[in-house]
Amino acid sequence: MVREDDNGNQRQGISRRDFFGIVWKSLGILAAFEGLGMISAFMFSGKNKRTSAPKHLLEAGPVDSFGLNTVSAFMGGRFYLARRQDGGFIALSLRCTHLGCSISWEESKKRFICPCHSSAFDIGGEVLNPPAARALDYYPVLIEKGIVKVDISILKERNSFRKDQLVYAQ
Amino acid sequence: MRSIFLHLHPSKVSEQSLIFHRTFGLGGMAALLIANQVITGILLRFYYVPSPAGAYDSVIFLKNQVVFGQFVRNIHYWSGVFLLLIAFLHFLRVFFTGAYRDVRKVNWLFGLLLLAIIVLSNFTGYLLPWDQLAYWAITVSTNIIGYFPVFGNSLRTMIVGGKELNADTLQTFFNFHSALLPFLILTIALYHFWRVRKAGGILLPSDGEKQEMLPVMPHLVFRELVAGLVLIAFVFTIAALFNAPLLEKANPAYSMNPTKAPWYFAGVQELLMHFHPLFSAFIIPLGVLAFLAWIPFTRYEEAPSGHWFISEKGKRTARSTAIFAVLLTLAGILSGAWLPGFEILMPGIPALISNGIIPLCILCLVMAAFYIFYLKGLSLAKAELVQAIFVFIIAAFIVLTLTGIFFRGKDMALTWPWYV
Repeated sequence: MVREDDNGNQRQGISRRDFFGIVWKSLGILAAFEGLGMISAFMFSGKNKRTSAPKHLLEAGPVDSFGLNTVSAFMGGRFYLARRQDGGFIALSLRCTHLGCSISWEESKKRFICPCHSSAFDIGGEVLNPPAARALDYYPVLIEKGIVKVDISILKERNSFRKDQLVYAQ
Repeated sequence: MRSIFLHLHPSKVSEQSLIFHRTFGLGGMAALLIANQVITGILLRFYYVPSPAGAYDSVIFLKNQVVFGQFVRNIHYWSGVFLLLIAFLHFLRVFFTGAYRDVRKVNWLFGLLLLAIIVLSNFTGYLLPWDQLAYWAITVSTNIIGYFPVFGNSLRTMIVGGKELNADTLQTFFNFHSALLPFLILTIALYHFWRVRKAGGILLPSDGEKQEMLPVMPHLVFRELVAGLVLIAFVFTIAALFNAPLLEKANPAYSMNPTKAPWYFAGVQELLMHFHPLFSAFIIPLGVLAFLAWIPFTRYEEAPSGHWFISEKGKRTARSTAIFAVLLTLAGILSGAWLPGFEILMPGIPALISNGIIPLCILCLVMAAFYIFYLKGLSLAKAELVQAIFVFIIAAFIVLTLTGIFFRGKDMALTWPWYV
Protein backbone atom coordinates (compact mmCIF):
# COMPACT_ATOMS: atom_id res chain seq x y z
CA MET A 1 0.00 0.00 0.00
CA VAL A 2 1.32 3.44 -0.95
CA ARG A 3 0.31 6.53 1.00
CA GLU A 4 1.42 10.14 1.46
CA ASP A 5 2.75 11.32 4.83
CA ASP A 6 2.39 14.82 6.30
CA ASN A 7 5.37 16.12 4.36
CA GLY A 8 3.98 14.87 1.08
CA ASN A 9 6.43 11.96 0.73
CA GLN A 10 5.35 8.57 -0.59
CA ARG A 11 5.57 5.88 2.12
CA GLN A 12 4.93 2.15 2.10
CA GLY A 13 2.51 0.30 4.47
CA ILE A 14 -0.18 1.68 6.71
CA SER A 15 0.26 4.60 9.07
CA ARG A 16 0.46 4.22 12.84
CA ARG A 17 -2.85 6.08 13.24
CA ASP A 18 -4.67 3.74 10.80
CA PHE A 19 -3.10 0.73 12.51
CA PHE A 20 -4.39 1.77 15.94
CA GLY A 21 -7.75 2.59 14.40
CA ILE A 22 -8.02 -0.99 13.14
CA VAL A 23 -6.86 -2.37 16.51
CA TRP A 24 -9.51 -0.36 18.38
CA LYS A 25 -12.25 -1.35 15.97
CA SER A 26 -11.43 -5.05 16.21
CA LEU A 27 -11.28 -4.81 20.01
CA GLY A 28 -14.70 -3.18 19.91
CA ILE A 29 -16.15 -5.94 17.74
CA LEU A 30 -14.58 -8.57 20.01
CA ALA A 31 -16.08 -6.89 23.08
CA ALA A 32 -19.50 -6.78 21.42
CA PHE A 33 -19.34 -10.52 20.74
CA GLU A 34 -18.18 -11.20 24.29
CA GLY A 35 -21.07 -9.16 25.66
CA LEU A 36 -23.53 -10.94 23.39
CA GLY A 37 -22.16 -14.33 24.47
CA MET A 38 -22.38 -13.38 28.12
CA ILE A 39 -25.96 -12.16 27.76
CA SER A 40 -27.13 -15.28 25.93
CA ALA A 41 -25.34 -17.57 28.41
CA PHE A 42 -27.02 -15.66 31.23
CA MET A 43 -30.42 -15.85 29.56
CA PHE A 44 -30.49 -19.50 28.58
CA SER A 45 -28.41 -21.43 31.13
CA GLY A 46 -30.91 -20.98 33.95
CA LYS A 47 -34.03 -21.71 31.92
CA ASN A 48 -33.33 -25.28 30.85
CA LYS A 49 -32.37 -26.39 34.33
CA ARG A 50 -35.52 -25.08 35.93
CA THR A 51 -37.92 -26.67 33.43
CA SER A 52 -36.49 -30.24 33.47
CA ALA A 53 -39.06 -31.82 35.76
CA PRO A 54 -38.26 -34.77 38.04
CA LYS A 55 -39.92 -38.11 37.36
CA HIS A 56 -43.47 -37.80 38.50
CA LEU A 57 -45.73 -40.86 38.60
CA LEU A 58 -49.43 -40.24 38.81
CA GLU A 59 -51.64 -43.14 39.97
CA ALA A 60 -54.65 -43.43 37.70
CA GLY A 61 -56.39 -46.39 39.36
CA PRO A 62 -56.81 -50.18 39.15
CA VAL A 63 -56.78 -51.75 35.70
CA ASP A 64 -60.29 -53.15 36.03
CA SER A 65 -61.83 -49.74 36.69
CA PHE A 66 -61.22 -48.76 33.06
CA GLY A 67 -63.63 -50.38 30.62
CA LEU A 68 -62.66 -51.45 27.13
CA ASN A 69 -62.98 -48.77 24.44
CA THR A 70 -63.36 -45.96 27.01
CA VAL A 71 -61.55 -42.73 27.75
CA SER A 72 -61.09 -41.19 31.22
CA ALA A 73 -60.02 -37.60 31.67
CA PHE A 74 -57.28 -36.65 34.17
CA MET A 75 -57.37 -32.88 33.95
CA GLY A 76 -54.92 -32.46 36.84
CA GLY A 77 -52.30 -34.46 34.95
CA ARG A 78 -53.36 -32.92 31.60
CA PHE A 79 -53.97 -36.27 29.93
CA TYR A 80 -56.69 -38.64 28.81
CA LEU A 81 -56.19 -42.29 29.76
CA ALA A 82 -57.56 -44.28 26.82
CA ARG A 83 -58.15 -48.03 26.84
CA ARG A 84 -58.61 -49.54 23.42
CA GLN A 85 -60.88 -52.44 22.50
CA ASP A 86 -58.00 -54.92 22.87
CA GLY A 87 -57.28 -53.78 26.45
CA GLY A 88 -54.18 -51.68 25.62
CA PHE A 89 -53.64 -48.44 27.58
CA ILE A 90 -52.27 -45.15 26.29
CA ALA A 91 -52.08 -41.80 28.14
CA LEU A 92 -52.75 -39.06 25.58
CA SER A 93 -51.74 -35.44 26.08
CA LEU A 94 -54.72 -33.16 25.79
CA ARG A 95 -52.80 -30.75 23.57
CA CYS A 96 -53.81 -30.76 19.93
CA THR A 97 -50.70 -31.20 17.78
CA HIS A 98 -51.82 -28.44 15.41
CA LEU A 99 -51.66 -25.30 17.58
CA GLY A 100 -51.84 -26.60 21.14
CA CYS A 101 -55.49 -26.10 22.06
CA SER A 102 -56.94 -28.64 24.49
CA ILE A 103 -58.97 -31.41 22.87
CA SER A 104 -62.15 -32.92 24.26
CA TRP A 105 -63.56 -36.48 23.97
CA GLU A 106 -66.75 -36.92 22.00
CA GLU A 107 -68.31 -40.09 23.41
CA SER A 108 -71.01 -40.43 20.74
CA LYS A 109 -68.53 -40.43 17.86
CA LYS A 110 -65.69 -42.04 19.85
CA ARG A 111 -63.18 -39.39 18.87
CA PHE A 112 -61.21 -36.44 20.24
CA ILE A 113 -62.09 -33.10 18.73
CA CYS A 114 -60.15 -29.82 18.89
CA PRO A 115 -62.30 -26.68 19.28
CA CYS A 116 -59.81 -24.44 17.50
CA HIS A 117 -59.59 -25.80 13.96
CA SER A 118 -61.70 -28.97 14.29
CA SER A 119 -58.87 -31.48 14.04
CA ALA A 120 -60.09 -34.94 15.11
CA PHE A 121 -58.23 -37.93 16.60
CA ASP A 122 -59.27 -41.53 17.30
CA ILE A 123 -59.01 -43.33 20.65
CA GLY A 124 -55.34 -44.17 20.02
CA GLY A 125 -54.56 -40.52 19.19
CA GLU A 126 -54.25 -41.08 15.45
CA VAL A 127 -55.30 -38.16 13.20
CA LEU A 128 -58.79 -38.57 11.72
CA ASN A 129 -59.17 -35.06 10.36
CA PRO A 130 -56.59 -32.35 9.49
CA PRO A 131 -55.25 -29.62 9.93
CA ALA A 132 -53.34 -31.53 12.64
CA ALA A 133 -50.56 -33.48 10.95
CA ARG A 134 -49.21 -35.59 13.85
CA ALA A 135 -50.86 -38.07 16.20
CA LEU A 136 -51.38 -36.84 19.77
CA ASP A 137 -48.35 -36.83 22.09
CA TYR A 138 -48.46 -39.38 24.90
CA TYR A 139 -47.03 -40.10 28.36
CA PRO A 140 -45.47 -43.46 29.34
CA VAL A 141 -47.87 -45.79 31.16
CA LEU A 142 -46.71 -48.33 33.77
CA ILE A 143 -48.84 -51.08 35.26
CA GLU A 144 -47.62 -52.27 38.67
CA LYS A 145 -49.61 -54.78 40.73
CA GLY A 146 -52.76 -54.06 38.77
CA ILE A 147 -52.50 -50.28 39.25
CA VAL A 148 -52.18 -48.02 36.19
CA LYS A 149 -49.60 -45.27 36.66
CA VAL A 150 -48.68 -42.47 34.26
CA ASP A 151 -45.28 -40.75 34.18
CA ILE A 152 -46.31 -37.16 33.48
CA SER A 153 -42.75 -35.85 33.45
CA ILE A 154 -41.99 -37.30 29.99
CA LEU A 155 -44.03 -36.20 27.00
CA LYS A 156 -43.37 -38.39 23.94
CA GLU A 157 -43.87 -37.04 20.43
CA ARG A 158 -44.72 -39.27 17.46
CA ASN A 159 -45.86 -38.96 13.88
CA SER A 160 -48.45 -41.72 13.87
CA PHE A 161 -49.98 -44.40 16.05
CA ARG A 162 -48.14 -47.72 16.43
CA LYS A 163 -49.15 -50.83 18.37
CA ASP A 164 -46.04 -50.80 20.54
CA GLN A 165 -47.10 -47.49 22.11
CA LEU A 166 -49.86 -49.38 23.96
CA VAL A 167 -49.31 -50.93 27.40
CA TYR A 168 -51.16 -54.08 28.47
CA ALA A 169 -51.91 -55.52 31.90
CA GLN A 170 -50.16 -58.86 32.51
CA MET B 1 -40.00 22.52 29.94
CA ARG B 2 -41.16 24.86 27.24
CA SER B 3 -37.70 25.20 25.76
CA ILE B 4 -37.12 21.42 25.76
CA PHE B 5 -40.30 21.00 23.77
CA LEU B 6 -39.30 23.76 21.35
CA HIS B 7 -35.85 22.24 20.96
CA LEU B 8 -37.34 19.13 19.48
CA HIS B 9 -38.64 21.29 16.64
CA PRO B 10 -36.85 23.33 14.01
CA SER B 11 -37.26 27.07 14.52
CA LYS B 12 -39.15 27.57 11.27
CA VAL B 13 -41.32 25.38 9.11
CA SER B 14 -42.72 25.93 5.65
CA GLU B 15 -46.35 26.87 5.40
CA GLN B 16 -47.02 23.81 3.21
CA SER B 17 -45.94 21.33 5.86
CA LEU B 18 -48.67 22.57 8.18
CA ILE B 19 -51.45 21.32 5.90
CA PHE B 20 -53.16 18.60 7.92
CA HIS B 21 -53.93 16.11 5.14
CA ARG B 22 -50.27 15.98 4.13
CA THR B 23 -49.49 13.72 7.10
CA PHE B 24 -52.70 13.65 9.18
CA GLY B 25 -50.32 14.13 12.12
CA LEU B 26 -50.03 10.35 12.47
CA GLY B 27 -46.38 10.20 13.52
CA GLY B 28 -46.97 12.78 16.24
CA MET B 29 -50.07 10.94 17.43
CA ALA B 30 -48.08 7.71 17.70
CA ALA B 31 -45.43 9.51 19.76
CA LEU B 32 -48.09 10.88 22.09
CA LEU B 33 -49.64 7.44 22.55
CA ILE B 34 -46.20 5.98 23.34
CA ALA B 35 -45.77 8.59 26.08
CA ASN B 36 -49.25 7.75 27.29
CA GLN B 37 -48.37 4.03 27.41
CA VAL B 38 -45.24 4.72 29.44
CA ILE B 39 -47.19 6.68 32.05
CA THR B 40 -50.13 4.28 32.40
CA GLY B 41 -47.76 1.30 32.18
CA ILE B 42 -45.71 2.55 35.12
CA LEU B 43 -48.93 3.07 37.08
CA LEU B 44 -50.14 -0.47 36.35
CA ARG B 45 -46.80 -1.91 37.45
CA PHE B 46 -47.50 -0.74 41.00
CA TYR B 47 -50.25 -3.35 41.30
CA TYR B 48 -49.43 -6.06 38.78
CA VAL B 49 -47.93 -9.37 40.03
CA PRO B 50 -46.08 -11.25 37.27
CA SER B 51 -46.77 -14.84 38.30
CA PRO B 52 -49.43 -17.34 37.15
CA ALA B 53 -50.74 -17.55 40.71
CA GLY B 54 -50.95 -13.82 41.29
CA ALA B 55 -51.39 -12.12 37.90
CA TYR B 56 -55.11 -12.60 37.41
CA ASP B 57 -55.96 -11.76 41.00
CA SER B 58 -53.89 -8.59 40.83
CA VAL B 59 -55.87 -7.47 37.78
CA ILE B 60 -59.14 -8.23 39.59
CA PHE B 61 -57.84 -6.28 42.60
CA LEU B 62 -56.95 -3.40 40.31
CA LYS B 63 -60.46 -3.50 38.86
CA ASN B 64 -62.39 -3.68 42.10
CA GLN B 65 -60.28 -2.06 44.81
CA VAL B 66 -58.12 0.59 43.19
CA VAL B 67 -59.57 4.02 42.52
CA PHE B 68 -59.38 4.61 38.75
CA GLY B 69 -57.83 1.10 38.47
CA GLN B 70 -60.20 -0.04 35.75
CA PHE B 71 -59.92 3.33 34.01
CA VAL B 72 -56.11 3.29 33.89
CA ARG B 73 -56.16 -0.29 32.63
CA ASN B 74 -58.69 0.70 29.96
CA ILE B 75 -56.57 3.65 28.85
CA HIS B 76 -53.52 1.39 28.60
CA TYR B 77 -55.48 -1.22 26.64
CA TRP B 78 -57.09 1.20 24.18
CA SER B 79 -53.93 3.26 23.71
CA GLY B 80 -52.18 0.02 22.79
CA VAL B 81 -54.84 -0.76 20.21
CA PHE B 82 -54.81 2.76 18.78
CA LEU B 83 -51.02 2.97 18.81
CA LEU B 84 -50.84 -0.08 16.57
CA LEU B 85 -53.58 1.22 14.27
CA ILE B 86 -52.04 4.69 14.03
CA ALA B 87 -48.53 3.33 13.48
CA PHE B 88 -49.97 1.19 10.67
CA LEU B 89 -51.75 4.20 9.12
CA HIS B 90 -48.53 6.22 9.45
CA PHE B 91 -46.72 3.45 7.59
CA LEU B 92 -49.35 3.60 4.81
CA ARG B 93 -49.16 7.41 4.67
CA VAL B 94 -45.37 7.37 4.34
CA PHE B 95 -45.57 4.82 1.57
CA PHE B 96 -48.36 6.43 -0.43
CA THR B 97 -46.77 9.89 -0.36
CA GLY B 98 -43.46 8.37 -1.45
CA ALA B 99 -41.63 9.56 1.66
CA TYR B 100 -39.31 6.53 1.71
CA ARG B 101 -36.82 7.46 -0.99
CA ASP B 102 -33.40 9.11 -1.16
CA VAL B 103 -32.35 10.48 2.23
CA ARG B 104 -35.29 8.75 3.89
CA LYS B 105 -34.29 5.20 2.90
CA VAL B 106 -32.74 4.21 6.20
CA ASN B 107 -35.50 5.86 8.21
CA TRP B 108 -38.05 3.68 6.39
CA LEU B 109 -36.23 0.64 7.82
CA PHE B 110 -36.24 2.13 11.33
CA GLY B 111 -39.93 2.84 10.89
CA LEU B 112 -40.55 -0.82 10.00
CA LEU B 113 -38.50 -1.85 13.03
CA LEU B 114 -40.59 0.40 15.27
CA LEU B 115 -43.79 -1.04 13.83
CA ALA B 116 -42.49 -4.56 14.56
CA ILE B 117 -41.56 -3.63 18.13
CA ILE B 118 -44.98 -2.06 18.68
CA VAL B 119 -46.57 -5.34 17.51
CA LEU B 120 -44.28 -7.25 19.90
CA SER B 121 -45.20 -4.89 22.75
CA ASN B 122 -48.86 -5.53 22.14
CA PHE B 123 -48.22 -9.25 21.90
CA THR B 124 -46.23 -9.53 25.14
CA GLY B 125 -48.79 -7.37 26.92
CA TYR B 126 -51.61 -9.61 25.73
CA LEU B 127 -50.49 -12.47 27.99
CA LEU B 128 -50.15 -10.47 31.20
CA PRO B 129 -53.77 -10.63 32.53
CA TRP B 130 -53.40 -14.46 32.50
CA ASP B 131 -57.06 -14.97 31.70
CA GLN B 132 -58.53 -17.51 29.24
CA LEU B 133 -58.34 -15.03 26.35
CA ALA B 134 -54.67 -14.29 27.01
CA TYR B 135 -53.60 -17.86 27.74
CA TRP B 136 -55.08 -19.44 24.62
CA ALA B 137 -54.28 -16.60 22.23
CA ILE B 138 -50.60 -16.79 23.22
CA THR B 139 -50.68 -20.61 23.14
CA VAL B 140 -51.93 -20.58 19.55
CA SER B 141 -49.53 -17.82 18.44
CA THR B 142 -46.44 -19.37 19.99
CA ASN B 143 -47.36 -22.74 18.48
CA ILE B 144 -47.34 -21.08 15.06
CA ILE B 145 -43.64 -20.30 15.66
CA GLY B 146 -43.06 -24.04 16.06
CA TYR B 147 -43.78 -24.48 12.35
CA PHE B 148 -40.77 -22.40 11.25
CA PRO B 149 -38.36 -24.77 9.51
CA VAL B 150 -35.26 -26.08 11.30
CA PHE B 151 -35.08 -23.67 14.25
CA GLY B 152 -38.85 -23.34 14.85
CA ASN B 153 -39.18 -25.74 17.73
CA SER B 154 -36.12 -24.55 19.61
CA LEU B 155 -37.19 -20.92 19.09
CA ARG B 156 -40.62 -21.75 20.48
CA THR B 157 -39.16 -23.57 23.49
CA MET B 158 -36.84 -20.61 24.07
CA ILE B 159 -39.70 -18.10 24.06
CA VAL B 160 -42.12 -20.23 26.08
CA GLY B 161 -39.49 -21.76 28.36
CA GLY B 162 -41.05 -25.22 28.18
CA LYS B 163 -43.70 -27.20 26.36
CA GLU B 164 -46.63 -25.13 27.51
CA LEU B 165 -47.05 -21.65 28.97
CA ASN B 166 -45.70 -21.45 32.52
CA ALA B 167 -44.29 -19.07 35.11
CA ASP B 168 -41.12 -18.55 33.06
CA THR B 169 -43.17 -17.50 30.03
CA LEU B 170 -45.06 -14.93 32.03
CA GLN B 171 -41.90 -13.52 33.58
CA THR B 172 -40.16 -13.32 30.20
CA PHE B 173 -43.15 -11.62 28.57
CA PHE B 174 -43.49 -9.19 31.48
CA ASN B 175 -39.83 -8.29 31.27
CA PHE B 176 -40.01 -7.71 27.53
CA HIS B 177 -43.23 -5.75 27.82
CA SER B 178 -42.26 -3.48 30.66
CA ALA B 179 -38.50 -3.06 30.31
CA LEU B 180 -36.75 -4.11 27.12
CA LEU B 181 -39.32 -3.14 24.48
CA PRO B 182 -40.24 0.28 25.93
CA PHE B 183 -36.52 1.10 26.13
CA LEU B 184 -36.06 0.08 22.48
CA ILE B 185 -39.14 2.00 21.35
CA LEU B 186 -38.06 5.20 23.09
CA THR B 187 -34.49 5.13 21.80
CA ILE B 188 -35.35 4.11 18.25
CA ALA B 189 -38.26 6.58 18.10
CA LEU B 190 -35.92 9.44 19.11
CA TYR B 191 -33.51 8.39 16.36
CA HIS B 192 -36.43 8.14 13.94
CA PHE B 193 -37.47 11.75 14.71
CA TRP B 194 -33.91 12.99 14.44
CA ARG B 195 -33.59 11.46 10.99
CA VAL B 196 -36.83 13.12 9.88
CA ARG B 197 -35.42 16.50 10.91
CA LYS B 198 -32.12 15.71 9.26
CA ALA B 199 -33.94 14.92 6.02
CA GLY B 200 -35.35 18.45 6.15
CA GLY B 201 -38.64 17.82 7.92
CA ILE B 202 -41.64 16.14 6.39
CA LEU B 203 -41.69 15.47 2.67
CA LEU B 204 -43.12 18.24 0.51
CA PRO B 205 -43.91 18.08 -3.23
CA SER B 206 -40.58 18.56 -4.99
CA ASP B 207 -42.26 20.39 -7.86
CA GLY B 208 -44.22 22.78 -5.65
CA GLU B 209 -43.43 26.47 -5.51
CA LYS B 210 -41.24 27.80 -2.70
CA GLN B 211 -43.37 28.70 0.26
CA GLU B 212 -43.06 31.15 3.08
CA MET B 213 -41.32 29.90 6.25
CA LEU B 214 -43.26 30.44 9.47
CA PRO B 215 -42.02 30.31 13.06
CA VAL B 216 -42.79 26.97 14.73
CA MET B 217 -44.13 28.78 17.76
CA PRO B 218 -47.09 29.27 17.54
CA HIS B 219 -47.89 27.90 14.07
CA LEU B 220 -46.85 24.25 14.49
CA VAL B 221 -46.79 23.90 18.27
CA PHE B 222 -50.37 25.08 18.70
CA ARG B 223 -51.60 22.77 15.97
CA GLU B 224 -49.84 19.87 17.68
CA LEU B 225 -51.34 20.83 21.00
CA VAL B 226 -54.85 20.82 19.56
CA ALA B 227 -54.35 17.47 17.78
CA GLY B 228 -52.86 15.99 20.96
CA LEU B 229 -55.70 17.18 23.17
CA VAL B 230 -58.31 15.84 20.76
CA LEU B 231 -56.55 12.47 20.66
CA ILE B 232 -56.29 12.24 24.46
CA ALA B 233 -59.94 13.21 24.81
CA PHE B 234 -60.87 10.52 22.29
CA VAL B 235 -58.82 7.77 24.03
CA PHE B 236 -60.19 8.72 27.45
CA THR B 237 -63.76 8.70 26.16
CA ILE B 238 -63.33 5.22 24.66
CA ALA B 239 -61.65 4.05 27.89
CA ALA B 240 -64.54 5.38 29.94
CA LEU B 241 -67.13 3.68 27.75
CA PHE B 242 -65.57 0.31 26.93
CA ASN B 243 -63.77 -1.98 29.37
CA ALA B 244 -60.63 -3.87 28.39
CA PRO B 245 -61.62 -7.54 28.02
CA LEU B 246 -61.07 -9.89 30.95
CA LEU B 247 -62.43 -13.44 31.02
CA GLU B 248 -62.07 -16.15 33.67
CA LYS B 249 -58.65 -17.07 35.03
CA ALA B 250 -56.50 -19.10 32.63
CA ASN B 251 -57.33 -22.81 32.67
CA PRO B 252 -54.74 -24.91 30.82
CA ALA B 253 -57.13 -27.88 30.69
CA TYR B 254 -59.95 -26.14 28.85
CA SER B 255 -59.47 -24.13 25.68
CA MET B 256 -61.85 -21.52 24.39
CA ASN B 257 -63.98 -22.15 21.38
CA PRO B 258 -63.04 -20.45 19.15
CA THR B 259 -59.45 -19.78 20.20
CA LYS B 260 -58.17 -16.77 18.35
CA ALA B 261 -54.74 -15.21 18.14
CA PRO B 262 -54.55 -11.51 19.16
CA TRP B 263 -56.43 -9.39 16.61
CA TYR B 264 -53.33 -8.12 14.77
CA PHE B 265 -52.32 -11.74 14.10
CA ALA B 266 -55.83 -12.70 12.97
CA GLY B 267 -54.66 -12.31 9.37
CA VAL B 268 -51.83 -14.80 9.83
CA GLN B 269 -54.19 -17.19 11.61
CA GLU B 270 -56.67 -16.83 8.74
CA LEU B 271 -53.89 -17.58 6.26
CA LEU B 272 -53.06 -20.63 8.37
CA MET B 273 -56.47 -22.08 7.58
CA HIS B 274 -55.75 -22.00 3.85
CA PHE B 275 -52.07 -22.86 3.51
CA HIS B 276 -49.68 -25.34 5.07
CA PRO B 277 -48.10 -23.69 8.15
CA LEU B 278 -44.67 -23.57 6.52
CA PHE B 279 -46.09 -21.18 3.92
CA SER B 280 -48.68 -19.29 5.94
CA ALA B 281 -46.58 -18.78 9.07
CA PHE B 282 -43.13 -18.48 7.57
CA ILE B 283 -42.56 -18.10 3.83
CA ILE B 284 -45.41 -15.68 3.03
CA PRO B 285 -44.85 -13.32 6.04
CA LEU B 286 -41.09 -13.42 5.48
CA GLY B 287 -41.56 -12.65 1.78
CA VAL B 288 -43.79 -9.68 2.61
CA LEU B 289 -41.27 -8.32 5.15
CA ALA B 290 -38.42 -8.72 2.66
CA PHE B 291 -40.46 -6.86 0.03
CA LEU B 292 -41.21 -4.00 2.45
CA ALA B 293 -37.56 -3.68 3.39
CA TRP B 294 -36.50 -3.79 -0.27
CA ILE B 295 -38.88 -1.03 -1.43
CA PRO B 296 -36.60 2.01 -0.89
CA PHE B 297 -33.44 0.28 -2.09
CA THR B 298 -34.32 -0.11 -5.74
CA ARG B 299 -33.83 2.58 -8.37
CA TYR B 300 -36.84 4.60 -9.41
CA GLU B 301 -36.92 6.91 -12.42
CA GLU B 302 -37.00 10.62 -11.61
CA ALA B 303 -40.51 11.68 -10.69
CA PRO B 304 -41.93 14.47 -8.58
CA SER B 305 -42.24 13.02 -5.07
CA GLY B 306 -44.56 14.00 -2.25
CA HIS B 307 -47.83 13.44 -4.12
CA TRP B 308 -50.43 11.01 -2.83
CA PHE B 309 -50.33 7.80 -4.93
CA ILE B 310 -47.58 9.26 -7.18
CA SER B 311 -49.85 10.33 -10.07
CA GLU B 312 -53.39 10.13 -11.43
CA LYS B 313 -52.51 6.86 -13.16
CA GLY B 314 -50.95 5.57 -9.94
CA LYS B 315 -54.14 6.38 -8.08
CA ARG B 316 -56.34 4.56 -10.62
CA THR B 317 -54.05 1.51 -10.65
CA ALA B 318 -53.97 1.40 -6.87
CA ARG B 319 -57.76 1.48 -6.73
CA SER B 320 -58.30 -1.32 -9.25
CA THR B 321 -55.55 -3.45 -7.68
CA ALA B 322 -57.14 -3.03 -4.27
CA ILE B 323 -60.52 -4.15 -5.65
CA PHE B 324 -58.88 -7.14 -7.35
CA ALA B 325 -57.03 -8.12 -4.14
CA VAL B 326 -60.19 -7.87 -2.03
CA LEU B 327 -62.20 -10.01 -4.46
CA LEU B 328 -59.42 -12.59 -4.83
CA THR B 329 -58.95 -12.89 -1.06
CA LEU B 330 -62.69 -13.20 -0.47
CA ALA B 331 -62.88 -15.87 -3.18
CA GLY B 332 -60.04 -17.77 -1.47
CA ILE B 333 -61.70 -17.58 1.95
CA LEU B 334 -65.10 -18.68 0.61
CA SER B 335 -63.69 -21.53 -1.46
CA GLY B 336 -61.82 -22.67 1.65
CA ALA B 337 -65.14 -22.83 3.49
CA TRP B 338 -67.30 -24.38 0.75
CA LEU B 339 -65.00 -26.51 -1.39
CA PRO B 340 -63.11 -29.57 -0.11
CA GLY B 341 -59.44 -28.83 0.55
CA PHE B 342 -56.66 -30.22 -1.62
CA GLU B 343 -55.41 -32.44 1.20
CA ILE B 344 -58.79 -34.25 1.12
CA LEU B 345 -58.95 -34.43 -2.68
CA MET B 346 -55.41 -35.80 -2.83
CA PRO B 347 -55.01 -38.01 0.25
CA GLY B 348 -51.83 -39.76 -0.95
CA ILE B 349 -49.79 -36.59 -1.42
CA PRO B 350 -47.92 -34.94 1.51
CA ALA B 351 -49.72 -31.93 2.99
CA LEU B 352 -46.74 -29.73 2.17
CA ILE B 353 -47.55 -30.14 -1.54
CA SER B 354 -51.33 -30.54 -1.54
CA ASN B 355 -51.98 -27.82 1.01
CA GLY B 356 -48.92 -25.66 0.40
CA ILE B 357 -47.32 -25.63 -3.01
CA ILE B 358 -50.48 -26.25 -5.06
CA PRO B 359 -52.63 -23.42 -3.59
CA LEU B 360 -49.64 -21.09 -3.66
CA CYS B 361 -49.07 -21.87 -7.35
CA ILE B 362 -52.74 -21.18 -8.09
CA LEU B 363 -52.45 -17.85 -6.25
CA CYS B 364 -49.28 -16.94 -8.20
CA LEU B 365 -50.94 -17.86 -11.51
CA VAL B 366 -53.95 -15.62 -10.82
CA MET B 367 -51.63 -12.76 -9.84
CA ALA B 368 -49.51 -13.30 -12.94
CA ALA B 369 -52.65 -13.23 -15.09
CA PHE B 370 -53.68 -9.93 -13.45
CA TYR B 371 -50.25 -8.52 -14.26
CA ILE B 372 -50.15 -9.75 -17.87
CA PHE B 373 -53.71 -8.89 -18.84
CA TYR B 374 -54.13 -5.67 -16.90
CA LEU B 375 -51.09 -3.98 -15.34
CA LYS B 376 -48.74 -4.62 -18.24
CA GLY B 377 -51.04 -2.83 -20.68
CA LEU B 378 -50.93 0.38 -18.63
CA SER B 379 -47.16 0.81 -19.14
CA LEU B 380 -46.62 1.85 -15.54
CA ALA B 381 -43.50 3.45 -14.16
CA LYS B 382 -41.55 1.27 -11.71
CA ALA B 383 -42.73 3.22 -8.68
CA GLU B 384 -46.34 2.76 -9.77
CA LEU B 385 -45.85 -0.98 -10.23
CA VAL B 386 -44.24 -1.33 -6.79
CA GLN B 387 -47.17 0.63 -5.41
CA ALA B 388 -49.61 -1.79 -7.05
CA ILE B 389 -47.86 -4.78 -5.42
CA PHE B 390 -47.88 -2.98 -2.08
CA VAL B 391 -51.60 -2.24 -2.44
CA PHE B 392 -52.28 -5.89 -3.26
CA ILE B 393 -50.47 -7.10 -0.13
CA ILE B 394 -52.06 -4.54 2.18
CA ALA B 395 -55.60 -5.05 0.83
CA ALA B 396 -55.31 -8.85 1.14
CA PHE B 397 -53.87 -8.47 4.65
CA ILE B 398 -56.72 -6.21 5.74
CA VAL B 399 -59.40 -8.56 4.35
CA LEU B 400 -57.76 -11.58 6.05
CA THR B 401 -57.48 -9.72 9.35
CA LEU B 402 -61.06 -8.45 9.32
CA THR B 403 -62.32 -11.93 8.43
CA GLY B 404 -60.32 -13.46 11.27
CA ILE B 405 -61.58 -10.92 13.80
CA PHE B 406 -65.21 -10.46 12.80
CA PHE B 407 -66.29 -13.44 10.70
CA ARG B 408 -64.87 -16.49 12.49
CA GLY B 409 -67.10 -17.99 15.14
CA LYS B 410 -67.44 -21.36 16.87
CA ASP B 411 -65.02 -24.01 15.53
CA MET B 412 -63.50 -21.17 13.44
CA ALA B 413 -66.34 -21.54 10.95
CA LEU B 414 -67.41 -18.54 8.88
CA THR B 415 -70.26 -16.62 10.47
CA TRP B 416 -71.67 -13.10 10.82
CA PRO B 417 -70.08 -10.61 13.23
CA TRP B 418 -73.12 -10.61 15.53
CA TYR B 419 -72.70 -14.37 16.14
CA VAL B 420 -68.96 -14.14 16.96
